[in-house]
Amino acid sequence: MEKTKKGNMARLNRWGLIFLIPFTIAFVVFQLVPLVNTVYNSFFENYRSGLKQVGPNFIGLENYVSLLTGGDLILYFLNTMILWVMCFIPQIALSLLLSAWFTNPSLRLRGQRFFKTVIYLPNLIMASAFAMLFFTLFADSGPINNMLMQMGLISEPYSFLTHIWSVRGLVAFMNCLMWFGNTTILLMAGMMGIPADMYEAASVDGASPTQIFFRITMPLLKPIFIYVMITSLIGGLQLFDVPQILTNGTGDPVRSSMTLIMYLNKHLYSKNFGMAGALSVMLLILTGILSLIVFRVSASDAVKKVR
Amino acid sequence: MRKKLVSIMIAGTMTAAMLAGCGGAAEAPAPAPAESAAPAAEAPAAETPAAETPAAEAAAPAGDEGKVLNVEVWNDEFINRVKDHYPGYEATSETAGKIGDVTVNWIITPTKDNAYQNNLDSVLPGNLDASADNKVDIFLVEADYALKYVDADVNVAMPLSDLGITDADLSKQYKYTKDVVTDATGALRGSSWQACSAGLIYNRAAAKEVLGSDDPAEVQKAVADWAAFNETAKKMADKGYKMTSTVNDTYRVYSNNVSAPWVQDDTIVIDDNIKKWVDDSKAMVDAKETTTADLWSDDWSKGFWEDGKVFCYFGPAWLINFSMHADDASSIAGKGGWGLVTGPQGFYWGGTWICAAQGTDNPTLVKDIILTMTTDDAVMEEIAVKDSDCVNNKEVLKKLASDTSFGNAILGGQNPYQMLADGAELVDMSNISIYDQGCNEEFQGAMKNYFAGNATYEEALDQFNKAVVEKYPELKTK
Amino acid sequence: MADNFKKNKPGVADEAVPTTSIHIRRAIAYVVLVLVTLMCLFWFLILFINATRSNGELGRGFTLIPGGHLTENLNNLFHGTIPVVRGMINSLVIATLSAALCTYFSTMTAYAIQIYDFVGKKMVFTFILAIMMIPTQVTALGFVNLVSGMKMEDNFFPLIALSIASPAVFFYMKQYMESNLPGSLIEAARIDGAGEFRIFNTIALPLMRPAIAVQAIFTFVASWNNYFVPSLILHNDNMKTLPIQIAQLRAADWLKFDMGQVYAMIAFSIFPVIIVYLILSRNIVGGLTAGGVKE
Repeated sequence: MEKTKKGNMARLNRWGLIFLIPFTIAFVVFQLVPLVNTVYNSFFENYRSGLKQVGPNFIGLENYVSLLTGGDLILYFLNTMILWVMCFIPQIALSLLLSAWFTNPSLRLRGQRFFKTVIYLPNLIMASAFAMLFFTLFADSGPINNMLMQMGLISEPYSFLTHIWSVRGLVAFMNCLMWFGNTTILLMAGMMGIPADMYEAASVDGASPTQIFFRITMPLLKPIFIYVMITSLIGGLQLFDVPQILTNGTGDPVRSSMTLIMYLNKHLYSKNFGMAGALSVMLLILTGILSLIVFRVSASDAVKKVR
Repeated sequence: MRKKLVSIMIAGTMTAAMLAGCGGAAEAPAPAPAESAAPAAEAPAAETPAAETPAAEAAAPAGDEGKVLNVEVWNDEFINRVKDHYPGYEATSETAGKIGDVTVNWIITPTKDNAYQNNLDSVLPGNLDASADNKVDIFLVEADYALKYVDADVNVAMPLSDLGITDADLSKQYKYTKDVVTDATGALRGSSWQACSAGLIYNRAAAKEVLGSDDPAEVQKAVADWAAFNETAKKMADKGYKMTSTVNDTYRVYSNNVSAPWVQDDTIVIDDNIKKWVDDSKAMVDAKETTTADLWSDDWSKGFWEDGKVFCYFGPAWLINFSMHADDASSIAGKGGWGLVTGPQGFYWGGTWICAAQGTDNPTLVKDIILTMTTDDAVMEEIAVKDSDCVNNKEVLKKLASDTSFGNAILGGQNPYQMLADGAELVDMSNISIYDQGCNEEFQGAMKNYFAGNATYEEALDQFNKAVVEKYPELKTK
Repeated sequence: MADNFKKNKPGVADEAVPTTSIHIRRAIAYVVLVLVTLMCLFWFLILFINATRSNGELGRGFTLIPGGHLTENLNNLFHGTIPVVRGMINSLVIATLSAALCTYFSTMTAYAIQIYDFVGKKMVFTFILAIMMIPTQVTALGFVNLVSGMKMEDNFFPLIALSIASPAVFFYMKQYMESNLPGSLIEAARIDGAGEFRIFNTIALPLMRPAIAVQAIFTFVASWNNYFVPSLILHNDNMKTLPIQIAQLRAADWLKFDMGQVYAMIAFSIFPVIIVYLILSRNIVGGLTAGGVKE
């Protein structure tokens, strides 16, 4: 945008503030109040024991101290990152591949509409319903085990939910399945902003599909790609419902699939707003730092452009 | 974008969410008096044979009492019991009705993700100040967390004596059903129409093959105590049978027979009987006599069919009648292939308790509902016959036990009532604490790691302690 | 504007590339796509197979052979105690309004940041991004307390209004605008004398259609499947949404517990969302092949 008549612009710019009003009201009422409460609570001993309320008693940073000295936080953070990497890498790779194929004019895939429609479908199934199916399929007496035994790969049922890496694998698989369509759609929607003549010009110049992808698609996709990276990082740090349901909230075996939010959830269960608050604040800081790194690494700084 | 306001605690398998019901009883083809039990007639008293039921009073509560009766429930079990058996109740929709000129509102909150308790937690403490039509008058609880709501300090459930219900009114109920809802001062704050005493349900074919007899008396000898039980487990394993489907089958039996509550002086204590469960179970898992599957999972229920090769389950009448797939002719239950014995120790499983909410503006009506639905002999018998609930009434159970028409086809014609009635006398729930639900859940979860070989006992115990303190921050561990 | 869209699937490109390599690449693409498709549809298949089986059959474990109990399950479901049709209407109302308000106001917010200039704009933007990082679980319980404090239980309003402030949707809209909403178009409209509000509604919104469709689907689905917060707010049976009813069905008392019915209900509750998705996805999938309006 260019700025021409100063006075006129100032008047117009007031509209910017007006347009912010609905968001601000909804945000303040429904999120800021609970949020401020969260931060405030993190300095208090404040929980429910049965129906009895304990606190709030001001205890300073004690909640933070006990979280940090407990030693488990690091473990849950690592679990979260391991699970995130296991979910995210196949997911983003598959999504990029699919969206590149779909947008590659030279490939001229038939039935694109169908494929594009189908990939998002798993997301329509409720995670809890999905988990019911997984439990059935991967039970000791379930069809997967039967199949593996018939093929002679194993001699007795493999108990998928009592082994660390098979649980993590299932979590990653289910999460990836539920969300890769979502990511693909986001990426494709971003790619549609790329005009066809750019591809044509590149092809005419003899660029290979790979070159087109990296030289044209990716740079133009950047804003959306950053969005995908950041939201999936945030989503990854907030990974919750799939491992929660698949492990029945335990994060077992031996809490190897316990994510940060599952841990947070444990405190929320006892309405321990003190510990939950402190954990949330730490999560917030952690997410902030990681997001900042992604912003920096991906160079095109979204915030800068806003000026 | 992962915009999901997701669940607190989950019932991934349908597990925990379903501890709801507690049925029980026979195949009873006896003509159910259901039709007449929900009378449209204006004179409900005529339908109520029991002398002490002040039905007329119920239909016309004292003039200064509220016009709306709000009842907090988690499913429609109690709604149906009231609809079918409470004289003068007239359903206006699936979740509303009328008793005289009082409107009854059923407020259903599912148990999944602890939603039901969260809801009670938010409405009960402010109930005294709620406006008349919004006051909760009755709420239901399950044994696992009953003590949380009948606690004397939080005082959200009325002592029954405040309603004018006397010990004499409840004299036919089993003691354990009262233990569950008795506060620390000894005041009773709830009442149940169900007594879900339970036993060992054995596979008759396996008993014949391995023990040489499927006669209950003979089988009981083979499982009379844990030592005998473990011996039998070895024999079963030799013939290719799992003794139990999972270690979690026996957990309730051990945990109902502890010598002290989970928590003493704010410190978690592992009872000897619980530790015994760990040791026995570990030995059984290692010897492949059982598994670590979750209750209600496919791996657990596979033993309901012959090819599942499981010798026994532990459960009450409702498990036999409604969960063992008797409707499938190919299942063991469908062929009448189960038998029932007391097993190593007495225990119970399930049940729903009725509590009067502190602050109710319909005390007379609430009193009458509790009395009618949990103490009236005629209503109790009706419930036992029509709904197969194993009712909380010694007289009625005695009657059913001596009635040969109550032989249970699933149990090969065996009449389970004498055994269940005896079992109910054995159950001792004086050692419960408000922490039982959390402790039991977390303990079984943590020990699974030990059984499956992912952790040592100490590590698993450590994980249990951690999880309990997360749930109940005021507790200490040893 | 909208009529500027043109096809992005021109056949010009392939002459420049050796045809054999294209054939191989295409074959690989098809194989992968078919596998992915099977992976995606398989779950629906077993869900619907399970919906045709009785409780007893389901107890026996999984099989690929459909049972004959679909009508029976559906019949039980519709004549049971849970008002499922009502639940579907409630879910539809909440999810539709949430999706509509969420996308409309998020676009508006993004528009404010993208097009206008005002003091503290950068701060506002950074702040909204920071909000996005708050785990939703953190504010959930606070939200429920707030709602009961406002006596808004059994009311759809808080559930719907909450969606107006969706930082992640805003962020997406903002990112999308960066490449797809040319400032020159807005300028031109101003010169034509259109009011700011009108420009937003008639020029910016249509240009944002693919992005809006994408986020509308996501918001709709998230709201459709949302259980936790609604379960704590909606108590009246006539106000409950489908996920609450499913949970209720799964917690049914022993006498009536019927897994076949549960699967029938899950299948029943997926249908509308599939239809909504197919309608909206026309916008994305179709829109995807149309070129943007870049200067």
